[in-house]
Amino acid sequence: MLLIKHGRLIDPGRWDGIYDILIEHGKIADIAPNLEPRTPNDKQVRGMRYEVRGDSPNLEPRTPNLTTINASGKIVVPGLIDMHVHFREPGEEYKETIETGCLAAVHGGFTAVCTMPNTKPVNDNRQVTEYILRKAYEAKAARVYPVGAISKGLEGNALSEYGELKSAGAVAVSDDGKPVTNSRLMRKALEYAKGFGLLVISHCEDLELAGNGVMNEGVYGTRLGLAGIPNAAESVMVMRDIALCELTRARLHIAHVSTAESVAAIREAKKRGAAVTAETAPHYFTLTEAAVGEYDTHAKMNPPLRSERDREAVIEGLADGTLDVIATDHAPHSSLEKDVEFDRAANGIIGLETSLSLSLQLVEKGVLTLPELIEKMSLNPARILGLDKGLKKGSPADITLIDPERSYIVNAETFRSRSRNTPFNGMQLKGCAVMTIVDGNIVFDIEKQ
Amino acid sequence: MQFAKKDILDIASLSAEDITLILDTAEKMKEISSRPVKKVPTLRGKTVVLFFYEASTRTRTSFDIAAKRLSADSISISASTSSIVKGETLIDTAKNIEAMNADVIVMRHSSSGAPHLLARSLKASVINAGDGTHAHPSQALLDMMTVRENKGTLKGLRIAIIGDILHSRVARSNIAGFTKMGSEVVLAGPPTMMPRDIESLGAAVTYNIAEAVEGADVIMMLRIQKERQKGFLFSTEREYAAVYGLSKKRLEGAKKDVLIMHPGPVNRGVEISPEVADGPYSIILDQVTNGVAVRMSLLYLVLGGARNVAD
Repeated sequence: MLLIKHGRLIDPGRWDGIYDILIEHGKIADIAPNLEPRTPNDKQVRGMRYEVRGDSPNLEPRTPNLTTINASGKIVVPGLIDMHVHFREPGEEYKETIETGCLAAVHGGFTAVCTMPNTKPVNDNRQVTEYILRKAYEAKAARVYPVGAISKGLEGNALSEYGELKSAGAVAVSDDGKPVTNSRLMRKALEYAKGFGLLVISHCEDLELAGNGVMNEGVYGTRLGLAGIPNAAESVMVMRDIALCELTRARLHIAHVSTAESVAAIREAKKRGAAVTAETAPHYFTLTEAAVGEYDTHAKMNPPLRSERDREAVIEGLADGTLDVIATDHAPHSSLEKDVEFDRAANGIIGLETSLSLSLQLVEKGVLTLPELIEKMSLNPARILGLDKGLKKGSPADITLIDPERSYIVNAETFRSRSRNTPFNGMQLKGCAVMTIVDGNIVFDIEKQ
Repeated sequence: MQFAKKDILDIASLSAEDITLILDTAEKMKEISSRPVKKVPTLRGKTVVLFFYEASTRTRTSFDIAAKRLSADSISISASTSSIVKGETLIDTAKNIEAMNADVIVMRHSSSGAPHLLARSLKASVINAGDGTHAHPSQALLDMMTVRENKGTLKGLRIAIIGDILHSRVARSNIAGFTKMGSEVVLAGPPTMMPRDIESLGAAVTYNIAEAVEGADVIMMLRIQKERQKGFLFSTEREYAAVYGLSKKRLEGAKKDVLIMHPGPVNRGVEISPEVADGPYSIILDQVTNGVAVRMSLLYLVLGGARNVAD
């Protein structure tokens, strides 16, 4: 049994205030101010195993095997969900396994992640989906919700079997890493997915416009002599997919939005009532193309870091609700892929262990309120994916405890991820997860690191 | 003045004083090449590795001759003979070369920034002999040397650079160099060949070649590569020559003593007509001669020449 006391509970629409949570058998048993555990039989429990955390002298053990957590000064929220990660298993376990990825997730405060299907082999069938779920179960850390492929082998030629993927446990389909170039296939994918209640997540990129580009097209790319990817390479596909979403009346989720034009297109589509949702990643609201510096491959990803104008537009999109979700696009790569010539380096950075701290900066700067941040990192992903989450009686106890004041310097060497490809190494950050609970089990406790 | 740089990676990281020192040194070096015995012992015992990941005749030969005139031992490695075809990474290959106690690595590479990667991981000096579409510092320095030799100064000159700016490391380095030395740089070419925000480097842009040529002291033509047609950069060589090529008639708007330059290799009849390339204002071959002198100067300076050898 777990009793979390004195924390500020935030579950937008349900809670915002000081409440205690009692967890029994992996589920939330009760939420109330000043909860005391049941079965108060003091004599019986003397000498039995218990723990007292924190420094409150008033916490007395009353129940066998009760762990009491003093969450005073902490924020207690429904477990964070990162709906866009790449764990490299099966196929590239030297970059990340499902186990190391899940550990990175819980260290970053995430109780659930959605894994993109561009593994080797591709997750376009039941066997791979089940393999991922089995590995996740064995890892005993974060929950994993696999995303299946839109097209067989991510090749853009044929639909994969959505019914089978769904029954195996997939929650969405995406060809992430690649766009669906064929507009007719994209249309049919949206329609076919609708029949199974599956979400389609789109990686929006016009490959011809992106050409051989390796960073944002603009001042920095011109100076560095690096071929540019124009904003339009993203936004023309965002606009196409919105048109297809409105045509098919299917649900569409747009991944990793990086440009001002995309934000504007999504904003307009939402005004028209289109069933579109969208995410961005911490690096798009934290960094700009300037981070490439002198060919730093840790600032290379797709879509690329954009201009300051785009960064501001992404922040504006988060603030006004155009962008529903903060997801990391956690993309582990080893030095084999990163310690090479810039144009030959792989795209992507890891994000699970820095996402919450970077996102909390938005609260610090007054862009979002804390409840709004929790919406974007937990409630909205759950709603978009159709997952029943939240802090309510009877629900699985997936909970994150956040210390908003804890300052630290990012040290990639301490990451649980198997990879180190982050542009945030050495950055001074404030606020992070201090405890992560999945299914009532403490899977991460910062005091025990 | 002392030259403190370990590496020569691009013009942007050199100061105007650095550039002047390099050019002054190059002028002294130039005399060596006109002696009956074209060799001095200055860099005897030094090893210069010419590490060329991309085909090059002119630049490699020029560096090779420069090293030999200063008595350094030079070794050439090209992509086809090196272990990169066996899958070795750039850093591993370079570290192996350094382990053989190379003093300077002169590198040409098709990836922008590759010399920076090398310079970060090696103690040896790295001289960039052209990286992707980023920089070609020794070319810009020899261009500046040639112009200064002819005009006496680089201040207040109008330099027109015409052609495929988008893919030109020569253009980027020359924009950085000439503007730093007080010249005015104007770029011309079709909009398809103009990099985004190139004005931020301090150059003016026009799509009209006549406008660029107007009042120019120097016209630098860039090579047009036929394969760029596939990237939709231009329609045909015929149209390119007609609209953007430098003909005798086009030269009329320029200053009377205009200098015509080209980093080579020249596409005669495309970006430049034969009569202009071979005409009285052409200093294309002077560029090549000065190339050796500038590269001697660079090798001498990065190896601490200014500190070890008195004038």
